[in-house]
Amino acid sequence: MEKNIKFVQGNEACAEAAIYAGLDFFAGYPITPSTEITEHMALKLPQIGGKFLQMEDEIASLCAIIGASLTGKKVMTATSGPGFSLMQEALGYAIMTEIPCVIVNVQRGGPSTGLPTHASQGDVNQASWGTHGDHAIIALTASNHQDLFEITVEAFNLAETYRTPVILLLDEVVGHMREGFVIPKPGKIPLVGRLRTSVKQGVDYHPYLPREDGRLPMSDFGGVHRYNVTGLFHDMWGFPTDDPKSVHELHRHLIDKILNNVHLIEKHKEYYLDDATTILISYGSSARSARHLVENRRSRGELLGLLELQTIWPFPYGLIRKICADARYVVVVEMNMGQILREVKIAIDDPEKVFLANRIDGSYITPTDIRNILRLIQGKGV
Amino acid sequence: MGKPKLKELNIRREWCKGCGICVSFCPTKVLELDEKDKALAARPEDCTCCLLCEMRCPDLAIEVILENE
Amino acid sequence: MAVRDYLRERFFPHMWCPGCGHGTVLNNLLRAIENLKIEKNDIVMVSGIGCSARISGYVDFHTLHTIHGRALAFATGVKMSRPDLNLIVPMGDGDALAIGGNHFIHAARRNIDITAIIMNNRIYGMTGGQFSPLTGYGKLATTAPYSNIDHDFDAVSLATAAGASFVARTTTYHVKQMADIFQKAILHKGFSVVEVLTQCPTYFGRKNRAGSAAEMVENYKKSTTPIGSKASQENSDLIERGIFIEKDLPEYCGEYDKIIQKAMKGK
Repeated sequence: MEKNIKFVQGNEACAEAAIYAGLDFFAGYPITPSTEITEHMALKLPQIGGKFLQMEDEIASLCAIIGASLTGKKVMTATSGPGFSLMQEALGYAIMTEIPCVIVNVQRGGPSTGLPTHASQGDVNQASWGTHGDHAIIALTASNHQDLFEITVEAFNLAETYRTPVILLLDEVVGHMREGFVIPKPGKIPLVGRLRTSVKQGVDYHPYLPREDGRLPMSDFGGVHRYNVTGLFHDMWGFPTDDPKSVHELHRHLIDKILNNVHLIEKHKEYYLDDATTILISYGSSARSARHLVENRRSRGELLGLLELQTIWPFPYGLIRKICADARYVVVVEMNMGQILREVKIAIDDPEKVFLANRIDGSYITPTDIRNILRLIQGKGV
Repeated sequence: MGKPKLKELNIRREWCKGCGICVSFCPTKVLELDEKDKALAARPEDCTCCLLCEMRCPDLAIEVILENE
Repeated sequence: MAVRDYLRERFFPHMWCPGCGHGTVLNNLLRAIENLKIEKNDIVMVSGIGCSARISGYVDFHTLHTIHGRALAFATGVKMSRPDLNLIVPMGDGDALAIGGNHFIHAARRNIDITAIIMNNRIYGMTGGQFSPLTGYGKLATTAPYSNIDHDFDAVSLATAAGASFVARTTTYHVKQMADIFQKAILHKGFSVVEVLTQCPTYFGRKNRAGSAAEMVENYKKSTTPIGSKASQENSDLIERGIFIEKDLPEYCGEYDKIIQKAMKGK
């Protein structure tokens, strides 16, 4: 049955979506502004026979869920900037070992302890490049609770499909804001389960040999296949290797499995883009203000449109190039110093028409803030 | 149960790194290092089958095989 | 089954130096498992980073070679989701008590049913001989070229204070005791810690003029004594070995099962 939920925080919507997606195991550490997810899991998971762990820190939390995922469980952790920084080594491990898991980062102001209870979107680049070494990652975001619900379920589906950690890059405003949303009836949003090997006991199983479609069927720890998992470059059995051919192939695989499938992974929303001469590009909570402004100015006949990104990484360069080709101005609305702006400039042919509308003072960017910057860009003064 | 009797001191030469621990601690001096610094059962007839060489060997290269096994 | 049946023989000879005590730990750990007749599929070995951590590559179990210091956190996740599996976590001294010190004390505090083995060779071997939290005052290392001024942890006292319900110490000289303690530690329901004094002739030994591997092993005979022995009372410099703590306390996974029952009732 569908279930209407009124006025809860985004953090709770995210937690409910994880449970809808089949979450079995959560480990976390308290940190503002994500703590409500952890609290919700402590309450709800044991009710459905799931497991909740409060670990001694954030990296331990990520390590614990990676361990649990290897036994076949759907797993998640939630944190914010400082904790996400602490997790980075384990994130690289999950990438290298191809362990499905979902990591929520409810962004707050940084660097360092920064602004624990204020709005920021400063971790966009960190989500992709926080951990060392060359790799690819999936990071998703959402601007309202209904979308957040669906995107959270999608995060679990992508983690299983591509055997990869998926980052849910929320922000303090979405995390703490209260609004209503509907939990769809079970089965309405398709769920991707663990792809398990059909190789029988006693037959040589290759945990790290991709099928033709690039997917790698898994075997649960504790099952009939005993294999090795290591953060070192490894062969198809999971044993360490520094053979250049094996290293090259694994490195390519880790990157290609995501970058070659941008068209399948990528999700976004379009508002009034068909005839827009000025295009706003935004995501997360700042997309709410951008959308408000677009709808407001449209009623006055201004040809303003909005592209709301839901997939941050892999970055949809092709989509941006296509959508922005004929625009006179492209304005990226975000609460950082231009982390998505940089990618947009890379994506389009005439980067001089790309501008930034931002706030970095911990205050939520308002429609008025964006309108003032737009007027400057359009040469109309403030 | 009688006293255990040695059938064979099986030493994997390719695993042995010649550290000499087995030689040093053998209570009846059964073992020696050969000219290539590999463990060698020089006097197997003196072996009391105490298993200490097998248990201490860091290379897991020694197996004391008993007559009744 | 023989000890060799638990090995991934294709990776032998192993990568440890001649005379390294880590092989002796592997040897007697497998002996303990053989005696207990535990199915290979029922064992998960989780290790961190360092010479010690390579042990997981050599055993035919489910093996998880993780990141430096965090093995116990990974193991906690595996154990919580599959309490029926036997979790064995061998760690080096730096791995367990420097970078992994926080995870170590908290795993002990939870009393989760994991067997933690500290392979204490008093040095970072993989990186070439830097001092660890167990090197000891006055010793030499590449990062203590003039003499180490860091005092060492007593791993047994630390584990005890942190709440481990089984705590033991042994050495690579006392192999029968080692195998016996491993068996008891694996059977123990709760967090068990076994510190094994294991020689690093290459770095610790050479730097501190401790002699050959055999001489270092011989020294474990001279420098240790059974817990509470007469020799121990007469000479406080002797290191005690044996089982220090063995008590029956509520185990974490079992406690969480009770939480699930409570939560399901209240729903």
